[in-house]
Amino acid sequence: MPRSVWKGPFVDGYLLKKAEDSRASGRSTVIKTWSRRSTILPQFVGLTFGVYNGHKFIPVLVNEDMIGHKFGEFSPTRTYLGHGADKKAKRA
Amino acid sequence: MARIAGVNIPTGKRVEIALTYIHGIGRTTAQKICVQVGIPPERRVFDLTDDELSRIRDMIDRDHQVEGDLRREHAMNVKRLMDLGCYRGLRHRRGLPVRGQRTHTNARTRKGPAKAIAGKKKAVK
Repeated sequence: MPRSVWKGPFVDGYLLKKAEDSRASGRSTVIKTWSRRSTILPQFVGLTFGVYNGHKFIPVLVNEDMIGHKFGEFSPTRTYLGHGADKKAKRA
Repeated sequence: MARIAGVNIPTGKRVEIALTYIHGIGRTTAQKICVQVGIPPERRVFDLTDDELSRIRDMIDRDHQVEGDLRREHAMNVKRLMDLGCYRGLRHRRGLPVRGQRTHTNARTRKGPAKAIAGKKKAVK
């Protein structure tokens, strides 16, 4: 079931502030964040976020199409390189 | 032979059923169209007058997205997710279930027929 509209999109407050600061300062740095649960808002477009996947920060350059998705969607948490047999086939 | 919405040629069936041969029209929509056009749903397609047929066509053109347009929109939606590089897009690319279903077993609809794994022992009774 989707989130109620009256609640508005969920964003961690500190992330919003950080994004605004970075926008105000003008220069683009990667904003590191652990907040995979935050919604991507229109004011984030053009900024780069480092989204933590439990291992490293994956750089995500936000574009217009991403609005409404969550940061976590762009930073996969699992590595799957195929099964043993597939790997052998690749090596050969 | 009746052509509605491009290629579809449903013939001797009840209108209500024949319309469902069009991609994007199911039973509910077909019944709704029958009511709007004002023909009984149990009428056969060959009993329809040209006027009734054209009214059905107009109704579909006006209110419903069918066939190619619908397929295109669907494909565009999937493509958007894939180009975005988000989790759902990655699942589409890999041909795995997109909505968090288990893949340890099942998921055959997305994965296709089971592939035999070389060297895997069968359970011995």
